[in-house]
Amino acid sequence: MSLSFLLLAVAALCALSFYFGRQRAIALSGGRYSNLHSLPAHYGMYVALWCGLPALLLVIVWHVFQGSIIEAMIISDLPAEITGDTGKLSLALNSISLIAAGNGQHLSVSPEIIDAGRRLASLQTIANAALVVVMLAVATTGIALSYRKIDPDMRARNNVERISRWIMITCSAIAILSTVGIVFSLMFEAIHFFSKVSPLEFLFGLEWSPQTAIRADQVASDGAFGAIPLFVGTLLITLIAMAVAVPVGLFSAIYMGEYASSKFRAVAKPALEILAGVPTVVYGFFAALTVAPFLRDNGAILGLDVSSESALAAGLVMGVMIIPFVSSLSDDVMSQVPQSLRDGSYGLGATKSETIRHVIFPAALPGIVGAVLLAVSRAIGETMIVVMAAGLAANMTVNPLQAVTTVTVQIVTLLVGDQEFDSAKTLSAFALGLVLFLVTLGLNVFALKVVQKYREKYD
Amino acid sequence: MTDMASLMEDRAAAKVISDNLHKPVDWDSPKIARNIKKRYAAERRFKFYGLSAIGIALLALFVLAGSIGSKGYSAFFQTYVQLEVTFDAAEIDPDGTGDPAVIGKANFDGLIKQALRDRFPEVTSRQAKRDLYGIVSGGASYDLRERVMENPGLIGQTRKVWLISGDDFDMLNKGYISADVDEGSRRLNDEEIAWYDSLKSDGAVEKHFHTRFFTNGDSREPELAGIWGAAVGSLYTLMVTLALSFPIGVFAAVYLEEFAPKNRFTTIVEVNINNLAAVPSIVFGLLGLEVYLNVMHLPRSAPVVGGLTLALMTLPTIIIASRAAIKAVPPSIRQAALGLGASPVQTVTHHVLPLAMPGILTGTIIGMAQALGETAPLLMIGMVAFIVDIPGGALDPATVLPVQIYLWADSPERAFVEKTSAAIMVLLAFLVLMNGFAVYLRKKFERKW
Amino acid sequence: MAAVSQSAMTAQPSVASPKMTARDLNLSYGDNQALFDVNLDIVERQVTALIGPSGCGKSTFLRCMNRMNDTIDGVTIKGEVTLDGRDIYDKRIDVVQLRARIGMVFQKPNPFPKTIYDNVAYGPRIHGLVNSRDELDQIVMTSLERAGLLKEVKDRLQSPATGLSGGQQQRLCIARAVAVSPEVILMDEPCSALDPIATAKVEELIDELRSNYTIVIVTHSMQQAARVSQRTAFFHLGKLVEVGETDQIFTNPKDERTKGYITGRFG
Repeated sequence: MSLSFLLLAVAALCALSFYFGRQRAIALSGGRYSNLHSLPAHYGMYVALWCGLPALLLVIVWHVFQGSIIEAMIISDLPAEITGDTGKLSLALNSISLIAAGNGQHLSVSPEIIDAGRRLASLQTIANAALVVVMLAVATTGIALSYRKIDPDMRARNNVERISRWIMITCSAIAILSTVGIVFSLMFEAIHFFSKVSPLEFLFGLEWSPQTAIRADQVASDGAFGAIPLFVGTLLITLIAMAVAVPVGLFSAIYMGEYASSKFRAVAKPALEILAGVPTVVYGFFAALTVAPFLRDNGAILGLDVSSESALAAGLVMGVMIIPFVSSLSDDVMSQVPQSLRDGSYGLGATKSETIRHVIFPAALPGIVGAVLLAVSRAIGETMIVVMAAGLAANMTVNPLQAVTTVTVQIVTLLVGDQEFDSAKTLSAFALGLVLFLVTLGLNVFALKVVQKYREKYD
Repeated sequence: MTDMASLMEDRAAAKVISDNLHKPVDWDSPKIARNIKKRYAAERRFKFYGLSAIGIALLALFVLAGSIGSKGYSAFFQTYVQLEVTFDAAEIDPDGTGDPAVIGKANFDGLIKQALRDRFPEVTSRQAKRDLYGIVSGGASYDLRERVMENPGLIGQTRKVWLISGDDFDMLNKGYISADVDEGSRRLNDEEIAWYDSLKSDGAVEKHFHTRFFTNGDSREPELAGIWGAAVGSLYTLMVTLALSFPIGVFAAVYLEEFAPKNRFTTIVEVNINNLAAVPSIVFGLLGLEVYLNVMHLPRSAPVVGGLTLALMTLPTIIIASRAAIKAVPPSIRQAALGLGASPVQTVTHHVLPLAMPGILTGTIIGMAQALGETAPLLMIGMVAFIVDIPGGALDPATVLPVQIYLWADSPERAFVEKTSAAIMVLLAFLVLMNGFAVYLRKKFERKW
Repeated sequence: MAAVSQSAMTAQPSVASPKMTARDLNLSYGDNQALFDVNLDIVERQVTALIGPSGCGKSTFLRCMNRMNDTIDGVTIKGEVTLDGRDIYDKRIDVVQLRARIGMVFQKPNPFPKTIYDNVAYGPRIHGLVNSRDELDQIVMTSLERAGLLKEVKDRLQSPATGLSGGQQQRLCIARAVAVSPEVILMDEPCSALDPIATAKVEELIDELRSNYTIVIVTHSMQQAARVSQRTAFFHLGKLVEVGETDQIFTNPKDERTKGYITGRFG
């Protein structure tokens, strides 16, 4: 709550300073705005920006560092026997923060910890109060400095526009920053992981059982982190999904684009788009509670042994999810095939299907390949359906009736619940994340290039 | 053979074909007729494939909606049991103080148990009694207390009261537990079913609209679990997401579309945005876990962290949509404004942005709808905790609707299946509303230049 | 009003035994009428040029002659178009066959993104006109030769057609149309996207093709009409104003509007 209060305070200060800056400019103009270089509102904006921006930056920076600084201070006061052992330390820090939040009554811990908890609470109070004071100081300084600068000859508009341009550049850079952030956070923990488990073992090992590794400690971690079964499982489910999504999506797109009357399209197209808007958790529930039991029961009738967490159920439902993706992308791509090619084919007496099969489809093929690759990348990265409908057992199998596990399932299972950033088990999730990121990134870059090239061809 | 000779031969051959060529094809010949027939059959087949593809997709949608709807509609109703409860003054307020503090502490649970024992006096064994108490939910005592607090005149009286039933009993009443199944393989034994039948024949079992489902937080007891906590968590999360991604997205789009010079930096930004849009959402979860929790020490499970994570995820959607909307504003408008002496920034803020705003808003709503349905990244940052309390702010531990669905879907109790489906219906209703609004905006402000 | 009755008089549609005829042809796109009561006869093994200012309906008329307008939504056509005396808008007429008998060449060269060979072989293949690979080879070769392209592409039949120059592409499209042995070839401004040299080649080709095919050509260029056609029809605002021997139209037009267009006063 204090954060939103702070932000509100900054906003209020900005509004005030805008008003006063504007008033001052009007006063200085002597009632004739033409005496001013810029509009009075620009002077107001100028003061408001000088008030708000530094204060806002301060709040952000403060929040980024407050937690780690206070933690460092607390740790430095703890006895060495606790700080020496990472496991004990994280336990102690946990209790300390509980005590500080006032929820530690039931804990039976040493007095040092209780003291540290109290200290943490007081430090947090101090830090929050200090932030308010410093922020107010910064804001008022900004107001004072900029207010005094107001002068009819000051190029307030140019100043404001320069500042706003920098704000915009910063915003654009956030896109890059998040990619950098992704790469760094994945790399950082993955390197950590690879110092415990060899990358070769990870990429080519045939056995995956992170749970045993933690019990038997580092020694047994060899061989338990072979990710090949996960890759196989991911590929199997992706393959099943594609086997559903590509033909159905492609034929839907063809029918919508080439055959359907506009009335039919007006109804069917939004209906298909609904499939794309359904949250993945809903598909997961559907796969786990409707499709999987259906397959199991019908498999039993046919004498097949279908696991209740079969790859088939997850893959089928994932395929349904991706249908609209494939269909809308390939619809786009095929509608870019110039009308003149269609005319050329119809003019020779070809039927619609002949035109589609022999002219439109081959012409659109690069774009369709791009679309399918994007769909593959989406299937590989899809999480909730497999978390809910595929299994946890890392089976090395390509039998779609059996349970397999995927990269994303393992990331979720490894990171939900207790996380220990010094155990190979938790860290392996980041290594998997890195592989997932690199593979999907590669697919996306390649697919987007293919589609882009295709678009340029018919522009 | 000399080249000349072969050329002559070629020519001769060509002449023969040439003569054939302008002889009109006999379109009525049986061979051609057969061929045409075949071609039309292929045409029909192809068209049929297309139609059946759409049919399959629509069927999947239909089955999905049907399975959720048929599983979930019953969760909006809850079974209540009518019992004759004696508001024993000796139990509730032995000294007759009328003090709410005293009444509040009374053992209302005991009153209910007493009422149950009175209704079925034949039950004596401990195990059977425990089963018997399962007819009424553990939450019923709170209802009873509230009722007495509101109306202390009840003390000392005996009244027929509708009490919320336990989940197994509720399932039985809704027909999810069949009495025909072998006793060993169902949740309720024959005796419990006999109690149900007895109550039912008295008219003491009824289904009422289940308001709690919309007003409660999560609970271990299915009949007490509601979605309000998750809904509020979703609201806070989306507020944070919107507050960050909308301004940042619009600023970035305006810069890239209107001001950015064509250089390395902008190319990198563009490629980046397109790729970020296709990065799996779970990777953003890993980013959030590492940066917000491990580096910045923001509180776990808090909507603010969820919002920050989802903001990065929706940013590409908003930027791409906003750029498209800005690009659609014709250059003539900019030229007109610039020609009147407006600065580029003024041109954008006064003319381009207002005209592009419907498109930008549409994109933003669609991005928000995506964020509302997103689950995986939030699992990474600990929004999967079991949280009973309604979050009071963006820093309180909370969960969101899709994660609540995930949690309930994982719960073993049969009654959570209908809760999950009902929660999905609520979530989908929100999504339909948001997307409907986006479509409305697009239709209303659609403009052809 | 006087001009209309005059035009009705001066347009002399009927000739003896025409290959194709149009009678009282009206066409509208939704509420927009594009053709008004067009009556025109096409003489066998002659080139008929359709001229007129942009938007006068000449291309629309051309597309009526092999029912290419069928593919456009919201088009209504009234009247009659015949090929060898049979109404092509008759329900029993198969549009697929019809378009094979009446080939078409378009404004912009539109080779399929396939090899040169496959472009020409496309028509014979879909219509099932050949029984063997040899037969197909021969049809492809002859068609290319007829289109005057064989010499240029002989050694690269298997390379993509999109690699040809614009003029070559257009001649390839002509070869593609010729390959199904059509009786009539419709050409919609076939030279408008070509340079003068390529145009000259195509015009020469049209003149050669005349001995075997009936050709209707829409053109923007009056010189081209004068060079390649035997008969010329002048369209204006969706109406057929005047039709006659090309020499007569260009030297002694009967209608004031034709005169105005020919002499460059509008158009």
